[in-house]
Amino acid sequence: MAQFKGTERYVATRELEVAVNAAVALERPLLIKGEPGTGKTVLAQEIAKALGYPLIEWHIKSTTKAQQGLYEYDAVSRLRDGQLGDPRVHDIANYIVRGKLWEAFEADHPVVLLIDEIDKADIEFPNDLLLEIDRMEFYVYELRRSIKARHRPVVIITSNNEKELPDAFLRRCFFHYIRFPDRETMEKIVQTHFPNIRQDLLREALTVFFDVRNVSELKKKPATSELLDWLKLLTIEDMPPEALRSQDNKTAIPPLYGALLKNEQDVHLFERLAFLTRRKV
Amino acid sequence: MFAPFIIALRAAGVPASITEYLALLRALKAGVAGFDVEDFYHLARAALVKDERHLDRFDRVFGEIFKGLESPPGTAETTVEIPAEWLRKMAEKFLTEEERAQIEALGGFDKLMETLRQRLAEQKGRHQGGSKWIGTAGTSPFGAYGYNPEGVRIGQEESRNRRAAKVWDKRVYKDLDEDEALSSRNMKVALRRLRRFARTGAATELDMPGTIGATARNGGSLDLHMVPERRNAVKVLLLMDIGGSMDDHIRICQELFSAARGEFKHLEFYYFHNCPYERLWRENRRRKETEKTTQEVLRTYGPDWRLVFVGDATMGPYEISQPGGSVEHWNEESGVVWMGRLTRHFRRAAWLNPVDQQHWRYTHSIGMMQGLMENRMHPLTLAGLESMARELAK
Repeated sequence: MAQFKGTERYVATRELEVAVNAAVALERPLLIKGEPGTGKTVLAQEIAKALGYPLIEWHIKSTTKAQQGLYEYDAVSRLRDGQLGDPRVHDIANYIVRGKLWEAFEADHPVVLLIDEIDKADIEFPNDLLLEIDRMEFYVYELRRSIKARHRPVVIITSNNEKELPDAFLRRCFFHYIRFPDRETMEKIVQTHFPNIRQDLLREALTVFFDVRNVSELKKKPATSELLDWLKLLTIEDMPPEALRSQDNKTAIPPLYGALLKNEQDVHLFERLAFLTRRKV
Repeated sequence: MFAPFIIALRAAGVPASITEYLALLRALKAGVAGFDVEDFYHLARAALVKDERHLDRFDRVFGEIFKGLESPPGTAETTVEIPAEWLRKMAEKFLTEEERAQIEALGGFDKLMETLRQRLAEQKGRHQGGSKWIGTAGTSPFGAYGYNPEGVRIGQEESRNRRAAKVWDKRVYKDLDEDEALSSRNMKVALRRLRRFARTGAATELDMPGTIGATARNGGSLDLHMVPERRNAVKVLLLMDIGGSMDDHIRICQELFSAARGEFKHLEFYYFHNCPYERLWRENRRRKETEKTTQEVLRTYGPDWRLVFVGDATMGPYEISQPGGSVEHWNEESGVVWMGRLTRHFRRAAWLNPVDQQHWRYTHSIGMMQGLMENRMHPLTLAGLESMARELAK
């Protein structure tokens, strides 16, 4: 059995490895939660890469219905074809549009199926998928046949906690909560993304980053993805590390803060703090 | 096999079920965890806990049930282990001949470690200063930042070789076990219960039944029909208490306001101070210019509007019950009269109170307001918002 390990592009903790391997071994879905920007979606891509399976992504929106993941019957185009006298109209199978789950079930190889941000959907959405995810099969009424998974796909589900998921659904999953990485892990993560980054710049940037995260009144704390964006900007601008260090006496707003702070209240908060520290000095 | 563990988990409020227990056993059988305690901890957590708010409870129960599992018998009480080789190397590097002789005086390294273990077992809790116990800044051989040349450093340097026991003893998920923080985002989700859909505006959606009907009538050739999109048509009138004791709750009220703003298309709001009387106003800074009489508000908004008060209802009882009781002006009619008018006119009304519900009974005026609202006062928490939304949706 293929085992999941962190890759050179993705730093996985041991707990994450255990959770993924348990889900793969028992062929059960793995539910991933965590602060936005801690790499939930990327994880599925990395699992697919590590196991050598193709990845099928199903991104959920507030209007997504469970049925769309199975299949949709395109009645309107059949109606149109009927009006135009197209011979295709006699076979209903021509108007069945396959969904992501069908795709995953019918694949010749085992695949990784990512159901991204399941909490965005309607409150009943997870319940509607219970049986399909549990037994990995469903029935197509229009064709009068059931679709069964040839290989049970590895199902990865991510959630941002906007809605509570039903208990019955949770019982069938393994669960992992991605904790915000500590400084040491963060350094490792940055190294995997920017192997050639200047060490002094990295050190200063991380200090600023964790300082920003420590400001308790922030509405949206910057997370890993914000840090990576910011570092990219810093390296593109070729910012000297000293520019980051000067922040505590002159301007408390880090340079290129747009990558870290995502709403104007947070920026105002920082300006206010900067003003206060300046007066103290 | 782990039945006591599951039962303890359930007793601690982690809703683990048989399905999950069986999944754990099957995963163990499949060899996911190997024979490592730490792996087992991770696996059990992934299988049994489905909500990050329960992670801390899980850690506590795990620590209790599997106490002693992590170290071989005899050293069960100690959870700190210092690699002896490391100490020896350090001693060779840093200690002078004289100092080494002093250590010998205490009985050598093995003796030192033995004593350390004993003291760790004897000692309960943190210790600082003194000359015997293990702690910081003392003169005992054990502890950090001390002066004894025989000192064993504990806790100054983080060991990479941490014991498994530490992983759950660290209790890193403690913060997540609090009541859910209120943000305008999850408030919106809670308020979403209060939705009344209606189709108004431009026709932009395909009307399936209409189209089918019309096509059939048309003898089979397609006749498309459109309908307007469904929108939330619920109307909400928000009356917010401002100033005075409400200053403590400004942030949460802002969040609520922005959530309501985003969620309801028909939202009107007015401010009052402590208790609504004959006048309400739109902007607190330009109070005089934006004032409206409560009578006018009653006339403007029909009974189909849902009325939501937001306030701590914390004031002197006379501010509610007496004419002229208001702290800032002479009110001809008491707060009771005005509250009666408002609640009679708006049949669906509720009061949201940011004060912790456990403290409600200590404030007399909250009880009075609760009575005037006929027990429709809800705490300003997610659960409170949800119960309010359910009630107003009726």
